[in-house]
Amino acid sequence: MSTVLEAPRLPFAAGKRLRQQSSRDDRIKLGFMAVIGLYLIVALGAPLFVMLSKSLSTYRFDLAAFEFQVSDETGANWGPVVSAEALNRELGAVPDGELSTNFDGRLAATKFFPQFSFRSPVHYRIRGTTDDTSFLVGSTLEKGTEWRDYDSGTFRRVVLRPARSLGAQNFVTYFSTPALAQSVYNSVLMAAISTVFTVAIAFALAYGLTRSCMPLKGLFRGILTIPILVPSLLPGIALVYLFGNQGVFKDWLMGYSIYGPIGIVIGSIFFTLPHAFLIILTALSVADARHYEAAASLKASKWRTFKTVTVPGARFGLVSAAFVVFTLVITDFGLPKVIGGQYGMLAVDIYKQVIGQQNFEMGAVVSVILLVPAILAFVVDRRMQKRQVALLSARAVPYSPKPNTRTDAICFAFACLVSLFILGMIAMCQIAALVKFWPYDLTLTTRNFAFDLMDGGGWAAYGNSIRLALLTALFGSLIVFAGAYMVEKADGFRVGRGIFHFLAMMPMAVPGMVLGLAYIFFFNNPANPLNTIYGTMTILVLSTVTHFYTVAHLTALTALKQMDPEFESVAASLKQPFHRLFFRVTVPVCLPAILNIAIYLFVNAMTTVSAVVFLYSTDTKLASVAVLNMDDAGDIAPAAAMGMMIFYTNVAAKLIHALIARGLLKRTQAWR
Amino acid sequence: MRHALSIEPTPTTSSHTADAAAGQPVPYLQISDLWKAYGDFVALRDISLSIAKGEFICFLGPSGCGKTTLLRAIAGLDLQTQGTILQDGRNISTLPASSRDYGIVFQSYALFPNLTIEQNIAFGLENTGRSKESVKARVDELLGMVGLAAHGKKYPAQLSGGQQQRIALARAIAISPGLLLLDEPLSALDAKVRVHLRHEIKALQRQLGVTTVMVTHDQEEALAMADRIVVMNHGVIEQVGSPTEIYRHPETLFVADFIGETNQFPAKVVADGEIEIGHSAFRCPTGDFAAGDAATAVVRPVDIIPHGADAHAVNAADRPSTLQNLIDAEVTEMEFLGMFWRTRLTAPRLGERTLVADFSVNAVRRLAIQTGGVIQVEIPRERLLLYPRSA
Repeated sequence: MSTVLEAPRLPFAAGKRLRQQSSRDDRIKLGFMAVIGLYLIVALGAPLFVMLSKSLSTYRFDLAAFEFQVSDETGANWGPVVSAEALNRELGAVPDGELSTNFDGRLAATKFFPQFSFRSPVHYRIRGTTDDTSFLVGSTLEKGTEWRDYDSGTFRRVVLRPARSLGAQNFVTYFSTPALAQSVYNSVLMAAISTVFTVAIAFALAYGLTRSCMPLKGLFRGILTIPILVPSLLPGIALVYLFGNQGVFKDWLMGYSIYGPIGIVIGSIFFTLPHAFLIILTALSVADARHYEAAASLKASKWRTFKTVTVPGARFGLVSAAFVVFTLVITDFGLPKVIGGQYGMLAVDIYKQVIGQQNFEMGAVVSVILLVPAILAFVVDRRMQKRQVALLSARAVPYSPKPNTRTDAICFAFACLVSLFILGMIAMCQIAALVKFWPYDLTLTTRNFAFDLMDGGGWAAYGNSIRLALLTALFGSLIVFAGAYMVEKADGFRVGRGIFHFLAMMPMAVPGMVLGLAYIFFFNNPANPLNTIYGTMTILVLSTVTHFYTVAHLTALTALKQMDPEFESVAASLKQPFHRLFFRVTVPVCLPAILNIAIYLFVNAMTTVSAVVFLYSTDTKLASVAVLNMDDAGDIAPAAAMGMMIFYTNVAAKLIHALIARGLLKRTQAWR
Repeated sequence: MRHALSIEPTPTTSSHTADAAAGQPVPYLQISDLWKAYGDFVALRDISLSIAKGEFICFLGPSGCGKTTLLRAIAGLDLQTQGTILQDGRNISTLPASSRDYGIVFQSYALFPNLTIEQNIAFGLENTGRSKESVKARVDELLGMVGLAAHGKKYPAQLSGGQQQRIALARAIAISPGLLLLDEPLSALDAKVRVHLRHEIKALQRQLGVTTVMVTHDQEEALAMADRIVVMNHGVIEQVGSPTEIYRHPETLFVADFIGETNQFPAKVVADGEIEIGHSAFRCPTGDFAAGDAATAVVRPVDIIPHGADAHAVNAADRPSTLQNLIDAEVTEMEFLGMFWRTRLTAPRLGERTLVADFSVNAVRRLAIQTGGVIQVEIPRERLLLYPRSA
């Protein structure tokens, strides 16, 4: 025994280690992993890296780096060499503040020559003092320290280009702009308030569903998942109709405006509720009946049982739900865009900086700031989940509640109230979409569905959305499942698999807006060979698959983990190639999970706004973006109508999914 | 489980293969100088082992001793850090699992849940150029062989654990592998099923003549099934031998203690053939020990012979063979374990230590042994084993 334990140095040379000869399977698997790893690097790692470097880049015209010489009227005799900086000091042509610019900044050289006339015979020379100094003549880029001669006519078209420097300057600028820095505070505040409300409501609902004998549990469960099927813009629109300037219930707000914090919180509760509800429901479902029996036998009061058994048992679920809600609210863009009014939020800031002001560096800065809480929430949540698993005991006895008239009635009433809230919002949109002019002319009309008459993309946008959703579901399921298989079942390549898994977990921490912006930086660069996909359906599919990668990956991983780890060994011993096992056993056994991944991707591709809002082109407008744009243009009723189209589509997709699942499962899952 | 060991194993009829192995020039499976390290932890240390064709070998040891690691190295599932493995003259040391020639059965069965029993067994047969009919015929033959002919159309989840294990076995031998590897194949089963399946596997192995390596931590299983047992501990082979050799002549203290039960006493070699325990001298073979060496003396509870109150009585039925090894002992505790009585004895000649002895129900009745009584017991000279002890 001692001989083994006290052997820090192995008695054989490390260099002589054996290496297994690779089989054909190994090579194929390696190839697959490389392909999918490359996918994640191209679709996630590289764009984020480019964005990060963008946020640290500042652009400024370095006047000291340019030198001029002016000739006399003959064009032959040159005057003294002067730097642009010296000229500017003399003339004050460009104030210091205007020297800061973005990567696309241009400064006309003629600004430094007040007496310049493009008809004069005077010639001009220009050169840089460093090799990197660059300027444009028309659209031709010139660089370097060589003197270049231009006549007046050409010199008119000379523009200076800024120099790029790395540093945290952008962040300093950001935080010293009061309106922008205020957004950080606003976003955190809104997210925190929404989290408290949502988690409390979700917990009460989940408690009712797991610990009481209230009726219609299945129905409530269905109603509570409805918000997942609509874009987060939709509750905003519903709130505008209900409590907006022309809202029927405007008086309920007692003079406060729905446009701003109130609207954001109510809307956030609406669209985050299903997420929190499902997490907490899962946490409460694993309750061990033995704990309740013990509490009862010790004559603990109901309240004490609740405090000492129910809540602690679900605490990881509660924390997890809180983080998910917080992240969703702080990174959501659609809702504050519609209902936020003048209330600045981080995600909207990105949109305004990029689309409104074309200030990409500042957009990148906001993105990086937005990444911080998201990543933080993500890390804490992952930790929690790891501990949650350890808590589960295989010997737990499932808890089944006993009828209690009072508790059941309270739970039922509360569930009805929340369902009313959800259905009311949806119904409001439905009514708004179907009437002429809410609330003054309630004649039914289909006019609001004539999308082709409005800006936003028309019915083509709806068609595009369906295409996007189908393509995302198809390719997403393939890539995600194959990737998860490699992480879970490929032996060897430990480091590669670790990196791969890390990359797969990252999208959860990356808000959609940030991803979309990163894609602009990465793919809209002429030097990138993948530039051609910019503005196509491909980049939309790519971004959507990547945006929703993590949850799908975890679903696939969970299904694969339930498979016996020795299947691969058995297949190898029977000399069967891994793909035969994969298609004959792995895929059929995991089919339910694969179908769940597909429908998850479909629904999210239909409703997502944030990642694609930067990436669509005139040919690839999407329904969810159309909702945003029509709302922006004041066509609120058509926006609601389009939102409802998305809702119908998702409901239909869910039904079809259920049908397919049932049909397929009957054939492939006979063994269950 | 250990008490069952007091029934000595009967020598297996096929132990002659083990003896023959030594004489054979080319063993079927030859492992030489095999090491396996995980970082600084050495899981297998310089393992060398030869296995003859048709032999049934058990790797036996406590969990973490490296037995499964060794099996997985043979299977090509976990590559060894160093060392060579020859199978049937072919160097398979670094071949991927799919290029080696073996069938494997895991503790978890690893049956494909979505395939029927027939499809499971046929999995390795299809795709190999056989006709549909010949595959079907082979599957039927195998189903008959494991006695589950009526269950071909069922799914694994519909079978009992023992039935599933037999299907896993049928699937592994379907491709007629040269080597059958069994990784704790019985440990997930009930005790009764386990004993029953033990015989079936052994019978099937003998019928097919396939060289078999089984990993187990259950000594009873190893003693009952193996032609030869490889006892492992902390990544090294402690002893290789037939079940009787391992049981009767354990080469190390670990083997003595791991297989069956032991009483252990610190002892000192006094002279050739004589040791001292406590302050009393006992006769026993001292082998390579020199006078003055410190040793650990070991005797199995089952080897201790009871002689009633007075073994010197003239008409005592069973006269002790070694008078010197006869001691007076007081019975302090008796525990009825069904097939025998486990007794705890204190003997002044052994100092403060308790001696555990297993007496047959017969002997206890005949000699009227009871708690509190004083009896004479004999520690037979040749059953007292000596192992080196660091002073």
